[in-house]
Amino acid sequence: MQSNTNGAGERTKVDIAIIGAGVSGACIARQLSAYETEVALIEKEADVSFGVSKANSGIVHGGFHHGPKYLKTRLEIRGNLMYDRLQRELDFPFSRCGILVVALNDEEMKYIDHLYTQGLENGAIGIEMCSRERMFELEPKLESDCVGGLHAPGGGVIEPYRFVFSVVESAVKNGVQLLREFEVVKAERSGEKHIVHAADGRVVEARYVVNAAGLFADKVSGIFGAEEFQITPRKGEYYLLDRKTKACPNRVLFPVPTKVSKGMLVIPTVEGTVLIGPTAEEIEDKTDLSTNADKLGQILDQARKMVPSVSQTDVIAAFSGLRPALLPEGDFYIDISEKTPNFIQVAGIQSPGLTAAPAIGEYVKDLLKKAGCRLTEKADYDPFVTKLPRIRDYSPFEADELLKKDAAYGNLICRCEKISEAEIVAAIRAGHTTLDGIKYFTRAQMGRCQGGFCSYKIIKLIMRETGMEYDQITKNGRDSVVLTGRL
Amino acid sequence: MHERTYDVAVIGGGAAGMAAAVEVRRQGLSCAIVERENQLGGILMQCIHNGFGVQEFKKELSGPEFAEEFMDMVADAGTDVFLSTTVDSIEESEQGKELYCYSRKNGVVKLNAQAVILAMGCRERNRGNIRTPGTRPAGVFTAGLAQRLVNVEGYIPGKNVVIVGSGDIGLIMARRMTWVGAKVHGVVEIQPYPAGLTRNIVQCLNDFEIPLYLSHVVSRIEGKNRVEKVTVSPLVNGIPDEDQSFEIPCDTLLLSVGLVPENELSENAGVEISPITSGAVVDSTMMTSVPGIFSCGNVLHVHDLADYAAEEARRTGAYAVAWLQNKKPARQLRIKAGANVRYVSPGMINPELPDKLYLRTLIVKNNAQLVMKLNNNIVKERKLSHVQPSEMVSVKLTKKDVEDWHAESDSVLEVSVQ
Repeated sequence: MQSNTNGAGERTKVDIAIIGAGVSGACIARQLSAYETEVALIEKEADVSFGVSKANSGIVHGGFHHGPKYLKTRLEIRGNLMYDRLQRELDFPFSRCGILVVALNDEEMKYIDHLYTQGLENGAIGIEMCSRERMFELEPKLESDCVGGLHAPGGGVIEPYRFVFSVVESAVKNGVQLLREFEVVKAERSGEKHIVHAADGRVVEARYVVNAAGLFADKVSGIFGAEEFQITPRKGEYYLLDRKTKACPNRVLFPVPTKVSKGMLVIPTVEGTVLIGPTAEEIEDKTDLSTNADKLGQILDQARKMVPSVSQTDVIAAFSGLRPALLPEGDFYIDISEKTPNFIQVAGIQSPGLTAAPAIGEYVKDLLKKAGCRLTEKADYDPFVTKLPRIRDYSPFEADELLKKDAAYGNLICRCEKISEAEIVAAIRAGHTTLDGIKYFTRAQMGRCQGGFCSYKIIKLIMRETGMEYDQITKNGRDSVVLTGRL
Repeated sequence: MHERTYDVAVIGGGAAGMAAAVEVRRQGLSCAIVERENQLGGILMQCIHNGFGVQEFKKELSGPEFAEEFMDMVADAGTDVFLSTTVDSIEESEQGKELYCYSRKNGVVKLNAQAVILAMGCRERNRGNIRTPGTRPAGVFTAGLAQRLVNVEGYIPGKNVVIVGSGDIGLIMARRMTWVGAKVHGVVEIQPYPAGLTRNIVQCLNDFEIPLYLSHVVSRIEGKNRVEKVTVSPLVNGIPDEDQSFEIPCDTLLLSVGLVPENELSENAGVEISPITSGAVVDSTMMTSVPGIFSCGNVLHVHDLADYAAEEARRTGAYAVAWLQNKKPARQLRIKAGANVRYVSPGMINPELPDKLYLRTLIVKNNAQLVMKLNNNIVKERKLSHVQPSEMVSVKLTKKDVEDWHAESDSVLEVSVQ
């Protein structure tokens, strides 16, 4: 992924501009990169996946939570099935570990019956109703009150930001232009074209625009004079547990859902840590990512209802994510605008947006065709990205061979997650030059010390590789500078 | 894969690792130190303040000076040192132990050793561990990381600073940040008494008129990109009181909220870990639950002074040599932490060869009494002029102390403070 930041006043001319490099925008961009068309992927943050897509449950859902009438359900079922192939092509961590919904009493068991029937109707593959005995066979760590539940073997876990990074890398490899720190502030029509202006003076000209702006899709729709709607941020707080925790289940554990949300989960992450949460709280401020003291108790209580061994002492980090909900229905809004020509809306992509994203890419490609965009397949499209070795996957004997090819794999920078200098340098060379960008790309600083030992080493590597000065190093762009002076 | 063979391998080249290695060499066995940084010394190298060496060298030294004394001894003793090298795993082999070590320079190296001494030290507890709510901006650092940035790397992490926790690193960083031109607006301590040494309260806070807020917590961090302010709340009945809370505008929050022995490597090698100390469970010879693996210094339990860690490590080096020479204790008694005692380390004692014990209390008290009971009979008492949890108590037991103990093999030594 190269940095395509242009100077102020520079114009980028493309056929299609996608606003928002979260998981939806990224998947749309990659889908379109298989065709003979010029695409720009526009992101207001310093790196891709820094919005909604950086903080969510990281689940590939099982296709039983919502009814068949919803667009989001159809895209969830389709998206789920696309993940195996994507993993082969894009080399991101993904485990189809399966999902269990845990019923703690007979009332809840009735709801499990409903979920099962709904899943069958939706076409979810392999789902089964489970007796108490079957539940304990699948998950011995369950609370003894469990009376039964639902098993969806097709569900799984990924790291959402890492997935987006891989998708964007593939899109850029196939010709998509990535424009970061490009905050759309104004747009106008000029003949058949949209003229899109950034806060810093850069301009993108595009025949078609896709609005995948996540929390700000309503604002972007307004800028383009398209449909009026309102995105409500729904905050979810999470706690991350050390990989040493005794509370790591085999499968993703869901409680029986409520009307508002799928409830608080216990998630064995694909990288071996455990995530508990999220809460679900509708808020006003779309930038409010704070965590709150009273929520931890709620999350721990809920998690312990399913896995009693969840312990407060295993907590290594707390964070919040915002889901962009289009109320009251809560469905995805993906359609050709009826007000603004050649403008596609991709809004309200809350859960199961991550699961659905690959299918959203296909769906939007078809909408663009329907809107008159000519798309012919590219002869030289390459769906594969270069696989990067991860020293943590190597035995000492395999590592011995790897180190002979690149000695930098022998310099372990992040001791908690076992990340080498070579991997951090690869992240920097791929354009991830903030501390959070490197964290999401490599996992360095994501373990139990939370960067206490390695962050200064990473800062030095960024400076060495990019020539940046110490005061240009940020946590995640803008004014999030890490160091304020030099002795 | 390169391969090297030693009698003893020491993991970690800080105060404890170097002291242990020097003792092993002094007794004539071959020894290597594996250190992940590019120099020996460990955390001592960023501790440029004085206060080291009074016990070990009878003079007051800075951290790097203290480390240099040991570096010279390591070199004189002819100890092999692997720098910039990380031990990835410890495996059992027919000859003893195999350590798989990664480095840029040598690739993967297999070290064969009869005995292993763990001396990896600690990591700092962080924001996640104390679960401070609020936003997640830049500008939140652990105190040790800030110390490293300033004293070794030469960078200043912030201009307006609040420090959480009155542990020694926090106190020393309050003074250090003041010296580099930052304004330190306060040190916030959850306990009703300071966590650090009294001399550090005087020299690092009082001398600079830095307020110390006891029984207070930072209850919220705010700021979108960089820290903008923190909310400080007094604890009333153990709960943050919102009505009496106040805000301090600042751009930096340093956390000095405790250390945790870094035992992931040990755990992977099968070493049993104490839930109280987070260090290994060791017998009277500092040997862990895995025969041939020993533990000392801050990876065993957190020490107040590097001098104590070095002293403990030297004994551990000697115990490792004795074990290799088949000198094993005939019997060992279990030590139990009694009233008002958090832990005693080591957790066993050899009545034929009594040694030093370290303990931490759960209470603050003047004119306290240390009481040792064997099978409910008092066998030793000692006056302690002042005890508090942050100050480690050491007890040296002599042959004379134990000569009329009449210990059975299932006897338990209970240590309490009254």
